[in-house]
Amino acid sequence: MATLTEPSAVATRDSSPPRDRRKTSYPYWFLIPGGVIFAVFFLVPSVMAFWFSLTRWTLFDQEFIGLDNYVQFFREPALASGLWHTLIYAVVTCGLKVVLGMALAVLLTGPILGRGFMRSVAFFPVLVSTIGVGLTFQVLMHPTRGVLNQALDLVGITGPAWLADPSWALLSVALVDVWQGVGLATVIYMAGILSIPGEYFEAARMDGAGAWQRFRNVTLPLARPATISVILLSLIGGLRKFDLIWAMTKGGPGFTSDVMASVVYKQYQAGFYGLSTAGNVVLFLLVILLVLPLFWFFNRKES
Amino acid sequence: MTQRRSWLLSSFSIILFGVVFLIPFAFILLTASKTQQDAAFLQFSWPTQWAFVQNLQAVFEARDYLLIVAFINSTILTVVSVAVVVVLAAMAAFVLERRRSRWTSGLNLVILSGLVIPPAVVPTIWVLQKTGLFKTMPGLILVEIAYAMAFCVLLFQAFIAGIPRELDEAATIDGAGPLSLFFRVVFPLLRPIIVTVVVVQSVFIWNDFASPLYFLPGDENATVQLTLFNFQGQYTNSYNLLFMDILLVTIPPLIMFAVFQRQIVSGMVAGSVKG
Repeated sequence: MATLTEPSAVATRDSSPPRDRRKTSYPYWFLIPGGVIFAVFFLVPSVMAFWFSLTRWTLFDQEFIGLDNYVQFFREPALASGLWHTLIYAVVTCGLKVVLGMALAVLLTGPILGRGFMRSVAFFPVLVSTIGVGLTFQVLMHPTRGVLNQALDLVGITGPAWLADPSWALLSVALVDVWQGVGLATVIYMAGILSIPGEYFEAARMDGAGAWQRFRNVTLPLARPATISVILLSLIGGLRKFDLIWAMTKGGPGFTSDVMASVVYKQYQAGFYGLSTAGNVVLFLLVILLVLPLFWFFNRKES
Repeated sequence: MTQRRSWLLSSFSIILFGVVFLIPFAFILLTASKTQQDAAFLQFSWPTQWAFVQNLQAVFEARDYLLIVAFINSTILTVVSVAVVVVLAAMAAFVLERRRSRWTSGLNLVILSGLVIPPAVVPTIWVLQKTGLFKTMPGLILVEIAYAMAFCVLLFQAFIAGIPRELDEAATIDGAGPLSLFFRVVFPLLRPIIVTVVVVQSVFIWNDFASPLYFLPGDENATVQLTLFNFQGQYTNSYNLLFMDILLVTIPPLIMFAVFQRQIVSGMVAGSVKG
């Protein structure tokens, strides 16, 4: 039975196309309509952002002021703290999604009844309007009348004021983010775990490995591609998050749950377009600084 | 022994999943059915008096039927953006996948950047103003297309890689030019991935809040997500109406989910494993 592992060596028949035909069948102009829209409405603004962030800017007039916007950004605690909150938010949501997603996926790929039901139920919030989720949880998290704290009261725990408490607000939003997004992490992990050949678990079982050892030595290392996906996806998503935070706290109380994306919006609303764009550039740099090393690290280890 | 434990674990998990993931939706439904006084208690309880139909009516009539306008706007936005992005992304992916050169590998990097880089919003407004498209539906549609392009191209590329080139060659020998090769031979073969892209992107764009907020402000152009958000400010004490609104806005993705569950999940996984 152990001889079934040879991958198909037959399918390597040479099928490189004739060079002269390529030219006529795959014209570059197919790239133009989509490419122009992508370039004009995504790439151009992204590049122009670097210039506008160095100006005092009213959308019509621009005056070059050098790095003043950045200086102002890092001098004002209310703005600079947004940077920390973004980091905390992204790391907390990413970490919880990895751990909970993995746990739920192991549960839902195991011998358990009602798998289909649970998979659907956990995935559904991924698709629902984030604003709707935010507004709903704003009500559920009401300090005294909210369902969450009343349920906690029943078991003798006094819940925090969630969104009203400055030290909890950011974390509360992050928890709702995890509630909404964990289904996607779970599904990715499920796909990863299901692609692990059953023989590995079988062999580990033969060698006398317990459930925890099987998880630790088989599932965890072999679900690595899924882990990479979940980490990158939830980290990028967390760093850019705006709608949920805006719906639930608008960055408050005070500025305690302000993240880069909400700072950018607030400065835009206030008419400080240059400063707002500088915030965007800072966010851009933060994403690149975090994500590129991760990409590099994951690729290096894989090969 | 293991049998018993699995029964126990199963029922425990089913209850836990139900409580954690379904109670918020049950709460939405119940609050949307309550009278204003009832709803104000924010309780998780049965309505003392069912007011579902009245609430439905009230929500639609609020502010001169704004919600109906918003539903129409959101539908136009979603349908047009998704239709265009599917065709353009498939075309681009076809050439990028089939024609390997220094050019296309460079372009692939640019496309990857589209998945990672946070869009620069205010400069986008500047571009829209320069092109006369700010605060217009076509402008917002173009932005949604641009934002969706990277993800869609990657999905299509992965799928096209599995279509044999011999097919292209056969069609070319039969005299098909690039356009008819693509639209009459390749595009129909993309059906499964097109369904995935359409479903996933429809849900994304329908639920998008930030883009309409920035690029299409103003009540006459409101999308459903904006009305939802503004509703809260205007009717602070009418939780029944707020939750009715949440319920209504959630229904289209819910239908999508029920019908296309398999495609949505496979599409999300394919896209996320790439990204």
